[in-house]
Amino acid sequence: MAIVVDNDTRLVVQGLTGSEGRFHGLRNRAYGTNLVAGVTPGKGGQDVDGVPVFDTVADAVDKAGANTSLIFVPARFAGDAMYEAIDAGIETVICITEHVPVHDMLGIYTYFRPKGVTMVGPNCPGVLSPGKANVGIIPAEIFSEGVVGLVSRSGTLTYQIGHELTQLGLGNSTIVGIGGDPIVGSSFIDILEKFEADPETELIVLVGEIGGDEEEKAAQYIGEHMTTPVLAYIAGFSAPPGKAMGHAGAIISGSSGTAVAKKEALEAKGIEVGATPTEVAQLVAKRLK
Amino acid sequence: MDLYEYQGKELFKRVGIPVSEGRRADSPQDARAAAQELGGQLVVKAQVLTGGRGKAGGVKLAEGADDVEQKAKDILGLDINGHVVRRLWIERASDIEREYYLSITLDRGAKKPLFMFTTQGGVEIEQIAEERPEALVRLHVDPSEGFQPWVARRLIYGGGVTDPSEQKQITSIVEKLYRAFVEFDAVLCEINPLIVTPDGTVKALDSKFTVDDNALFRHPDVAEMRDTAAADPIEAFAREKGVTYVKLDGSVGIIGNGAGLAMSTVDVVAHVGGRPANFCDLGGGGSAEGVVDALEVITRDPQVKSIFFNIFGGITRGDEVARGILEALDRLDMSKYPIVVRLDGTNAEEGRRLLAEAGNPNIHPEATMLDGARRAVELAA
Repeated sequence: MAIVVDNDTRLVVQGLTGSEGRFHGLRNRAYGTNLVAGVTPGKGGQDVDGVPVFDTVADAVDKAGANTSLIFVPARFAGDAMYEAIDAGIETVICITEHVPVHDMLGIYTYFRPKGVTMVGPNCPGVLSPGKANVGIIPAEIFSEGVVGLVSRSGTLTYQIGHELTQLGLGNSTIVGIGGDPIVGSSFIDILEKFEADPETELIVLVGEIGGDEEEKAAQYIGEHMTTPVLAYIAGFSAPPGKAMGHAGAIISGSSGTAVAKKEALEAKGIEVGATPTEVAQLVAKRLK
Repeated sequence: MDLYEYQGKELFKRVGIPVSEGRRADSPQDARAAAQELGGQLVVKAQVLTGGRGKAGGVKLAEGADDVEQKAKDILGLDINGHVVRRLWIERASDIEREYYLSITLDRGAKKPLFMFTTQGGVEIEQIAEERPEALVRLHVDPSEGFQPWVARRLIYGGGVTDPSEQKQITSIVEKLYRAFVEFDAVLCEINPLIVTPDGTVKALDSKFTVDDNALFRHPDVAEMRDTAAADPIEAFAREKGVTYVKLDGSVGIIGNGAGLAMSTVDVVAHVGGRPANFCDLGGGGSAEGVVDALEVITRDPQVKSIFFNIFGGITRGDEVARGILEALDRLDMSKYPIVVRLDGTNAEEGRRLLAEAGNPNIHPEATMLDGARRAVELAA
């Protein structure tokens, strides 16, 4: 078992003929992901290294049996691409694209939630289930198979923590980068719920950062609904208020969204928060012994 | 992107929200000309992207060209919470009978726009929310439903507005504010105060307007409103170079790749007892050119004593970062900066080899993030 992506994933890459889409799509295939199609309007009938390209996502679903979409199209077209995937019946939509306007996400979020679609991103590194499937830009070689679930708002920080875990001989069930934007398809809670239901995941590391209150909500949820142990790391203790720290969503507004508030909310529910990525990995190792 | 009051009012005007007539002035002479054009009793208002300008003496009543020019002289150059006043807005003074508050923001928790309205306006909304929460009407809008008149009714009846003419005017303003919020891709549109004049006219006396940076491609006219001179000069330079940079107040310059890792690096430097000088995210790509640009940006800060590169390559390649560092050492005067470099991930070995071969005594390789942070802090002391 794993969550979001696995051996049943049949992947279509929206934007497969672009340089990023091609590079990462083929890299995902080389990892063992079942890449069944690409979509680029106007390029239907072509192929990318043997992968058939269709004009529409509906064609990729009908003719190639795609059930998961990876979106690499530029920000101004990403909203359209997400709607197209949802309406074509794709079950899992993962959007890597950065700088998607927040009003676009407002509409998409309201639209897809009642449909039961799983959406991850935008502005995320994707999802990797080691040994099964890699959908996105996570460098899979850093991670190994194992029992630790990892969910994070950041890409490279996730690699750092994964690397620290690997060095201690620990592997992962699934790594989910939920994205750094103010509105993303899956919250911490959505992913925690999936990890809780996954028998392979024995412990979860939640990697949060300043801005919003998703970490606080996750703390509440963990306290009320979860039996799988959770450890956490929060980035942004030194961040000044009112400044977006790289991610559009990583901003302290007034006095809300601070790292201290998040740490306290998590600790109030008995969730340990590591001071550095190294310490988090050590806490995981200690717990799993 | 935050807009000045007068810019927000310009957008209000475009959607039909009533505002007072006024003129922008960047000098006492401009102010004098504005006074002559507008005539009558006027308000000279500092244009700054921060609150509290009234208390700081940034808003003054004036009448006649001489008086307006003098008040403009008084206000220009004033330091309001670290923001120096360089622009003024001169507008017709309004008689105020009552002050209300109306705003729409993006509630990221609920993932919906949120209206807030109270008839207890004129003070900070946080204060009302804390002291008299029952006086504040909060109402989410379902984005798929959009604005419906009932939304305005809930706000005005909930807020206790009883005068029929006021009800009608506020309903119209609520609808137009929603339109401004959607049309201009705003994340905040605030009218505080929304005033009622003695003759019963409702209008926006102030504006706070924030537009989503990611949507500026749809609004080239709004994008042009950015006052590049108002930002911290190093941050403005970073924007020009396309470098993601936030100035902090310490001595250890920090460059990471990816927002989360860069933020975490800042924290770890502080955790081991150092004072971070900045946050700087090379981004996903991290080309050699990008590295040179980032170094050029962070070394503009005279407080920087050492530099810490913390790179975990995914898409970013370690060899490319190493090339960038070496190129920067060639092109920029970097002799006074010890540079601690921690490289891991994609092509890190190649990067470490390139740096070792260069044999520059200013480059200090470290194997882990924690050791790198400690070393950079030592070298900044």
